Amino acid sequence: MTDLYIRTDLSDLPDARGYFGEFGGRFVPETIIPALDELEAAYNEAIADPAFHRELRHLQRTYTGRPTPISHARRLSEALGGAQIYLKREDLAHTGAHKINNALGQGLLAKRMGKRRIIAETGAGQHGVGASTAMALLGLECHVYMGTVDIRRQQPNVFRMKLLGAEVIPVESGSRTLKDAINEAMRDWVTNVDTTFYLLGSALGPHPYPMMVRDFQSIIGVEARDQIQALTGQLPDACIACVGGGSNAIGLFHAFRDDENTELIGVEAGGHGIESREHAARFADLDISRPGILHGTRSYVMQNDDGQIMETHSVSAGLDYPSVGPEHAHLRQLERAYYTMATDVDALEAFQVLSKMEGIIPALESSHAVAEAIKRAPTMPRDSVLLVNLSGRGDKDLDTVIGILGN
Amino acid sequence: MTRQSQGTAALDAMFARAKKQNRAAFMPYFCIGYPDYDESLCAIEAVAALGVDGFEIGMPFSDPIADGPTIQAATQIALEQGATVRLCLDAVRQLRARGLSQPMLMMSYANPLVAYGADRFVRDARDAGADGLIVPDLPPEEAALFADSCARAGMALIFFLAPTSNDERIEMATANATGFIYVVSLTGITGARKELPAYLTDYIARLRAKTEMPLVLGFGVSSPAHARQLRGLTDGFIVASALIRAWERGFDEMHALARDIFAASQE
Ligand SMILES: Cc1ncc(COP(=O)(O)O)c(C=O)c1O
Repeated sequence: MTDLYIRTDLSDLPDARGYFGEFGGRFVPETIIPALDELEAAYNEAIADPAFHRELRHLQRTYTGRPTPISHARRLSEALGGAQIYLKREDLAHTGAHKINNALGQGLLAKRMGKRRIIAETGAGQHGVGASTAMALLGLECHVYMGTVDIRRQQPNVFRMKLLGAEVIPVESGSRTLKDAINEAMRDWVTNVDTTFYLLGSALGPHPYPMMVRDFQSIIGVEARDQIQALTGQLPDACIACVGGGSNAIGLFHAFRDDENTELIGVEAGGHGIESREHAARFADLDISRPGILHGTRSYVMQNDDGQIMETHSVSAGLDYPSVGPEHAHLRQLERAYYTMATDVDALEAFQVLSKMEGIIPALESSHAVAEAIKRAPTMPRDSVLLVNLSGRGDKDLDTVIGILGN
Repeated sequence: MTRQSQGTAALDAMFARAKKQNRAAFMPYFCIGYPDYDESLCAIEAVAALGVDGFEIGMPFSDPIADGPTIQAATQIALEQGATVRLCLDAVRQLRARGLSQPMLMMSYANPLVAYGADRFVRDARDAGADGLIVPDLPPEEAALFADSCARAGMALIFFLAPTSNDERIEMATANATGFIYVVSLTGITGARKELPAYLTDYIARLRAKTEMPLVLGFGVSSPAHARQLRGLTDGFIVASALIRAWERGFDEMHALARDIFAASQE
């Protein structure tokens, strides 16, 4: 590991305008452009400062519990009779998901910038919990926008955020999910931009967010690449991660991007199946998903013929979003990463299988990645290695799963 | 009044006329499809008959991040009424056929225009009789999406400046904009406000020192008193949410507010 804790290779994309190839950019109202400039400058300054890295590393080690381990899913691999499945255990990070990596990074940045009022959006509530936790730790005030549909299906996280001292602001507009929570957070930021830091939770939105969130999440891949080699003596044949906005996936993928023999596989939410049109598979259903502009960035967007954003469906709130981080659109175009999907049914099956066979209850989001591993492993030789990002734990999803499967 | 020019030329003529009369041009906003298609056209015609200077023609979008609750609700209704990009262009064509002579600026978020095809939209909007484009999530650094086609069609491409814009931003916007600069009155989203901000005079003076482009104020402009206040200060102003809110109390209320604001701008 280098002296600088965050993996930032300055020759990397995005370019100066925030583009990853033809995706990315900054499509937001003028009012917040100066704030994005200020944020970008502050971020560049912070990551050039060893003290910032030291402070973040200290918190990651003593507070988050990094490095998170890699577990060999031995019984599951055995039962499938093919590739060995390894799990990067982001579920063991404090607060139970990878979201804390980004929340602490941006939180330290906010503090450095002298901003005391923090706003965030959340879908599954994991980013909201991560943000509330980081703000409790850093002593900053935290307001979290959350759609009322998500509030209903992620009750434990709503309570957690309140307990952590955050204000949870219900969002009633549109589909009342993550997309609408981001709309409201952006409106808040436009209004209170002088005093407020917008802590965006995934690798999406206007530049510099996709870059910054990726950098803060890249610790996942940096650790995992060393760990998997130490454990297996080889690089993985494939890295698999679920893709909502894309932060846990890009965080895992980034360290492996130059490893040509490692496939990078992103798993989107197939919801009720592609034909049903009720899903969030932005790369799988190109009849209704095309390059477009949502929440400040150019990427694939699920939309009707008239350019109106479509409502999405997934059993997992964290994947229920009509667009996807621009770097994923770029990696797909380069054919460096491959994107597939798992349906609600696939994910629920994987949720139960991993619980029973490995004693790990995965988040429904992460269950999508596990489902893909279960599908692939049997087709691969026994000495091959699949590295799955277990982005979060499933406690938050118990109500949802009980509702579907019964007691 | 007959229509003698189109695009930036029509806007230039509009500002010249208002300036000669020593007043700021009044450009009300109406969303096509609110409360339904026919009524939105009737409203625009009725307000045009008052002699107002121009129109911002709203095209609805599902995720309007720069808009407050009033415009969000109105555009949501317009979408439910079936408003589409094509229908908004039809509306402009129909209004021209009925003799409406004032400049019309198409206001849309970027995605519906990109979905329609940016170049094709600019061409079709010009052919329908529109004069320019206002895209609130298109800052000048992303202008390339529309700049060439607007220049070719002679259509105005409007950029915004806000109280947060620094000198560098002001230079970038004024170097790229055609027609006028949309001056956002406050740090925030659209919505009716009781008062115009106290810093307005200094703010406008700061912009005037940097550009000769016409300055049109929007966001929060709501009343005849505001219109009076803007006389001699800005070259034009846009009223949106206040008209929609008046309309919630009835067409006549909306029409009366438009009439009173226009009258106040001439006092
Ligand atoms: C556990 C978990 N995994 C994945 C995601 C999806 O987000 P992303 O694609 O940014 O990793 C979420 C989002 O809430 C989550 O909570």
